[in-house]
Amino acid sequence: MLRILNRIFKTGTLTELAPRDDELEALGITLKREINRRFRGSLAIRQVDAGSCNGCELEIHALNNPYYDIERFGIHFVASPRHADALLVTGPVSRHMETALRRTWLATPSPKIVIAAGSCACDGGEFGISYASCGAINNVIPVDINIPGCPPTPLDLLKGILATLHHSKVDRGDSK
Amino acid sequence: MSGFDWLSDLVARMHNEHVLLQEDTEQTLLPAHSLALDVEDWGKAARVAADFGCRWAGVWGDALDEHIVLRACVVYQGDYLVLRTELPLTQPVLPSHTPYFPGADRMERHLQDMLGIAFSDHPDPRRWTRHKAWPDDRYPLRRDFSVAGLSRKRTLADSDYVFVPVLGNGVYEVPVGPVHAGIIEPGHFRFHAVGEEVLRLEQRLGYVHKGIEKIAEGRDANALARLAARISGDSTVAHSWATCMALERALQITVPPRALAMRAIAAERERIANHLGDIGAICNDVAFSFAQMQFSRLREDCLRTNQQAFGHRLLMDYVVPGGVAGDLEQAALLQLQTQHDMLVQVFNRLLAILDDQPSLDDRLAGTGILHADSANRLGVLGYVGKASAQDYDVRRDHRYAPYDQHNVDSPCLNTGDVAARLQIRTMEIQQSLTLLTQLLNQLPDGPIQSDWHVAGAGEGIGIVEGWRGEIISYVRVDESGKAQRFFARDPSWFSWPALEQLIHGNIIADFPVCNKSVNGSYSGHDL
Repeated sequence: MLRILNRIFKTGTLTELAPRDDELEALGITLKREINRRFRGSLAIRQVDAGSCNGCELEIHALNNPYYDIERFGIHFVASPRHADALLVTGPVSRHMETALRRTWLATPSPKIVIAAGSCACDGGEFGISYASCGAINNVIPVDINIPGCPPTPLDLLKGILATLHHSKVDRGDSK
Repeated sequence: MSGFDWLSDLVARMHNEHVLLQEDTEQTLLPAHSLALDVEDWGKAARVAADFGCRWAGVWGDALDEHIVLRACVVYQGDYLVLRTELPLTQPVLPSHTPYFPGADRMERHLQDMLGIAFSDHPDPRRWTRHKAWPDDRYPLRRDFSVAGLSRKRTLADSDYVFVPVLGNGVYEVPVGPVHAGIIEPGHFRFHAVGEEVLRLEQRLGYVHKGIEKIAEGRDANALARLAARISGDSTVAHSWATCMALERALQITVPPRALAMRAIAAERERIANHLGDIGAICNDVAFSFAQMQFSRLREDCLRTNQQAFGHRLLMDYVVPGGVAGDLEQAALLQLQTQHDMLVQVFNRLLAILDDQPSLDDRLAGTGILHADSANRLGVLGYVGKASAQDYDVRRDHRYAPYDQHNVDSPCLNTGDVAARLQIRTMEIQQSLTLLTQLLNQLPDGPIQSDWHVAGAGEGIGIVEGWRGEIISYVRVDESGKAQRFFARDPSWFSWPALEQLIHGNIIADFPVCNKSVNGSYSGHDL
């Protein structure tokens, strides 16, 4: 136990401080402000892999590592679409996932924001449209914002989520 | 390498069983050895190969105008033997390999769905890769099937697939997926349980089938490599290397030594990054979040260095036909070496802490045991196999450049539980770090790309040790160098059925940690 504490102490806080990565911090602050204003401090995201190669998932996972620690901005990933404000969808949509994606979308309550993450999700990418692939997410469910990249980096993802908030008309804020 | 000194023995045994084998006059799949046989002997040959002790490593078919060329690959003492037969398109029926090699089950059903081959004595005639995207009498890999498909209508859910029922008092069913609770690929798991205990797990995969084999047709070498890099995003280096190796053999391209060494550096870094992520995630699944934070931090360090040195966090599209996409400057080499030195130190300190946690031991030791004989029967590869006494590593047992210049130690354990799979990963990381030091110290000078042009039609096979284990890639190109047939066999084809077996008798609540310890690729399997 002492060794754990020692290691934790020696590792210190890795979460990036402003001078280390201005971009991430500045982005985070804006993101937090938007989430506070529009979602009362908490944005719940349900991630759906609709046919991706798993590359995008790796980078979405990275958002939870101690460098990015996305929860500090009020964003958390939830286990059910019924708990989600937004869907973060990757893939091209494989035809075998078409109905599952549609049902996930139907199960998501309003505002039902849809973020398409990764080149395949934006335009079909390397896989395009075929007997097995419907291509872009937008071909199956309505998309609010596209985050290109193969895969998008964690920073790209954060920027994309922020852009989505600017774009969305949702306002459940504390402005009153 | 033994160099096939066992082959005459196997051929003699086949002859005793009246299986007539013919040497392929043109050995187009070197270093694998090709033998042709009659359709009716297909099953018998598998029986003899199984008795002989061969490992079954894959089957793939190539539909031509009148017939299908079917190839199966078996491995013995690090040598690859390809059995080839031809069957008429009008009656594509032949015996199955599954009765002798259970690991062949799903790949044969994949062929049944994709090429319309009927395996006469296959124990499970249900569909596998096909859900509802195309009708049961049409086969995407046949020439008369358009890549665009037949219909643009919505694809319905695959709701009438019949799972094997488990009956009895108190047995209940838990359906999970395809959309899972975590940030993970889609697939369906059907649990049958009594109380907490899993009686049976049945998987239903194919949800991320993207038609990779079909859309590969007509691609030139570079476009095919880009597709291969996206077969499984976590194995992007390994898959593109295997496919480029196959292409380079088909097109007779020689890769410069510096490029080969750089491919190995990228491949070992991919192995390390994935193992780091998984070790953290395995510990997290038993609520030891300290490890998750520490290891995900190390993984992120690796990815950031990848970005700086190679230009991509996951090293996508770094391996290209004929070489690699970019050189490493002196500063980048130094940066890599510094990081490897740092990793050795930090990693070993963290391991000492993991070793010191009785609660980890309590949850991981004895959980999800894959017995050595099951692993052997399925032909399980990589860390899953190595944790269950399957001592095989392509880098050591079927050496390919640049590993032929280096001493590759491959760890092996025989307890087969989650703890063993975790330990194998830690040992592989340490071994990869040693290899990386050697690779960096002995990095040859010279070009990183060969100047190549298409010399004519050909075919080739690529075999590499990805981070999940052996990957086999087959490519056939036409005169213009365009791919006519492509198949990449990810090791997940064997680790998925292994997961079905090792979960037996465990509690449902331990499924996440068991699954993570195996970490099969959905995308690499569904193609």
